[in-house]
Amino acid sequence: MKELIKKNIQSLMAFLNRGKNPYFVCCGLIILGFALVYGSPRSIPGFLVFLFAGSSIYWLNLNRAAQLALAVIFAVVLVPILGARNVFYLEVIFQIAVFSALALGLNIVVGFSGLLNFGYMAFYAVGAYLWAFFGSQQPYLLHSTVTTKALNTPFFLAPDYFYLFIFLGVIVAAILGLILGLPVLRVRGDYLAVITLAFGEIVRQLANNLDKPLNFTNGPQGITPIQRPTMPEGILKLFNHIIQPVVGHRVTDNQAYNILFYLIALLVVIAVIVITYRLDDSKVGRAWTAIREDELSAGAMGINANKLKLGAFAVGASFAGAMGVLFAASRTFVSPETFTFLQSVGVLTMVILGGIGSITGVIVGATVVTLLNIQVLQSFSLYLSQLRQSESVIPIIGFHWKNLSNQLDPTKYQRLIFGVVLVLMMIYRPTGLLPAARRKRELGEDGGDAGKGAENA
Amino acid sequence: MGKFMGSINVRQILLPIGQMAIFVVGAGAVCSVVMLVLAMLFRGSGADHLLQTTQGIGILGYTINSLPQVLIDGVTIGFVYAAIALGYTMVYGVLQFINFAHSEIFAIGAFCGVEALIALNGAGHLVRAGVIGAFAYLALALLIGMCASGGMAMLVERVAYRPLRSSPTLVALISAIGVSFALQDVIRLAESLTTGQFYRVMPTFGNFDERLTLFKVGSKIIDIQVKSVVVIVAAVVMLVALNYLVGATKVGKAIRAVAQDKNTAALMGINVNFMISLTFLVGGSLGGAAGVMYALKFTRIDPFVGFMPGIKAFAAAVLGGIGNLTGALLGGMVLGMIESFAGAYLGTYTMGAFGAEYKDMVAFLILILVIVFRPNGLLGEQVSQKA
Repeated sequence: MKELIKKNIQSLMAFLNRGKNPYFVCCGLIILGFALVYGSPRSIPGFLVFLFAGSSIYWLNLNRAAQLALAVIFAVVLVPILGARNVFYLEVIFQIAVFSALALGLNIVVGFSGLLNFGYMAFYAVGAYLWAFFGSQQPYLLHSTVTTKALNTPFFLAPDYFYLFIFLGVIVAAILGLILGLPVLRVRGDYLAVITLAFGEIVRQLANNLDKPLNFTNGPQGITPIQRPTMPEGILKLFNHIIQPVVGHRVTDNQAYNILFYLIALLVVIAVIVITYRLDDSKVGRAWTAIREDELSAGAMGINANKLKLGAFAVGASFAGAMGVLFAASRTFVSPETFTFLQSVGVLTMVILGGIGSITGVIVGATVVTLLNIQVLQSFSLYLSQLRQSESVIPIIGFHWKNLSNQLDPTKYQRLIFGVVLVLMMIYRPTGLLPAARRKRELGEDGGDAGKGAENA
Repeated sequence: MGKFMGSINVRQILLPIGQMAIFVVGAGAVCSVVMLVLAMLFRGSGADHLLQTTQGIGILGYTINSLPQVLIDGVTIGFVYAAIALGYTMVYGVLQFINFAHSEIFAIGAFCGVEALIALNGAGHLVRAGVIGAFAYLALALLIGMCASGGMAMLVERVAYRPLRSSPTLVALISAIGVSFALQDVIRLAESLTTGQFYRVMPTFGNFDERLTLFKVGSKIIDIQVKSVVVIVAAVVMLVALNYLVGATKVGKAIRAVAQDKNTAALMGINVNFMISLTFLVGGSLGGAAGVMYALKFTRIDPFVGFMPGIKAFAAAVLGGIGNLTGALLGGMVLGMIESFAGAYLGTYTMGAFGAEYKDMVAFLILILVIVFRPNGLLGEQVSQKA
């Protein structure tokens, strides 16, 4: 059975990649996806087809220039148009981008160098709070108590410092990564995981409690409003001028901001992907792998394990720092709630689901988990609440849907999904859905000892 | 009967009681002395002046006055942590693996015990019960919590850990995290589907909220809540029983053998899988009992209640030396004391700048410091005690 499926897929791929076929298929898919989402902005299947079309640029056998051109058209033209038409999809894609960058950062720590990190959200939090503090009126509030009242004072910094702060976020998070890394060098395996967990919780609790003696974080209330970078005057006008007939309505300021943030996130993710690719196949990447597989032998080969481990922590953290700054600006609000252990495990789930150490896998994992989280679960919730309002009855047991508890809201059951995914992946496929090429090579096609695929303690 | 009494190893019963007494007194004494020295150092500080003006008492007097109550709180919570920590430490001793789901095992015990009491309360039994009856019902709730948690721990081991036993420890650890998260939501689902609320409140019954006067100092009464006494006594009994089971019975010997070397133990005719299941059963049921005690002390529980006590108990286990039963006791006691002291005095000493909300962070800091600087814990690795 398995053989048959494999054979069919192979012959299908061969057909798709023959001659000019991939170009037609790819363009066709993109047009189809675009039309579907454009025509019915609410449908999930349409959106999935659209995403699938986007991914086909990657896995079909196109030539390099065509690939690049299609990707640019897809990401810079089609997505913003659809986003302006229905902001929700832009939000979904933005989240996918954010979590992809986070997952790739965690992948460097967990996947490449084999250091399990349960406190990854701490770096994200540091980036977010960095811009939240300097990009809001919070510096004027240092000596006052927690308040939710709007202030009349101007913002502390000009809005365009945001771009500088993306880089500052990278640096500060990397430094924090080093600070976490230094004591942790002596620790390995499961103790390391526990330390990072404790570290993540400490950062979250600090965010929660640093409203006194000096009010840095405004406590559990969180900081709001946070500035967004200025939108150049002409761009919105230009956009409206050209796109308005396609979108069907005027693009508002907020929608334009969503598009802007999407584009920035895209830039960051591309940078992250490029860096990760370069690292993976560099001397450093190989050294990380060596440390992961056997620290002792790596040391014997002249690899300075301590330095490289610190490097892994710093690089992984820096991605999260950049995304944190972006997140704070795009939400104009941060609170400690965003940076819980749950979120750290969520990012870990993305990495593990996709395939530890595999760049494509991690992005796929981030996409799947994000879609599941904010789209599938939400629509399921919506469906249940519709059922709740209806008069229908489950036939055999005679259960009235309207008696269904309000607490049964699938969006609140992320933990269940993360948990079940983690356990199932660990038991049945520890290398992930799309295993990294290097691990696949090591393990062979079936992998005698499946567990060996994941990082060694 | 006489023969039965003769076969009981009295030393194995007295030894842990003695150890516990030493740990309680020792941890309490050390913490008190440190606190008093701090109080001396803080004389004349801003915090001192603030207390003088608001309460008309110096910081030293304030500290001395509240010390007994803080100590009693520390001992109570310390025993709860110790009971949970034993679950971590037993599993670690046998499998060298952190059972992250233990905090949810604890929560399941709490929920099952409280649900049983709520059901009894609904049927009107609790109101009618006298003092003795109330204790009997509480014992029943403890038993139910223990059974539920023990069973769940065994199930988790069978489903999520056993298939991964030959994998690297981190694979099992990730699986354990997964189980922990999944169980939180399973509890939440079960609880919210039945009543629409996902938290539960322990019904009030019996005389558990009354306070017993321990002794009087001048006009000041040092008292202790009945439920604190119950928690301490129940914990002591269980810890002694556990120590006896591991240290003086044939089963305990088998568990220790498996902990030392699984292959050789199997060659000696020990059913390794059974012994590991048994370890989870015992550790889980201790966690369940701790859950019910926790619910008795703090009354309100929700599905995520296990996380904080779980991580603190883990910190306690590491602090004492993980894999070491005595160490878990010591660690739990020290951590309970420190937490109680931090909660009581941090706010006063820093004039409200850092309040009791930092006490959780103290536990995390201890965890990090111990792992980094003394990963073997206070008592180090005692191979003969390892279980």
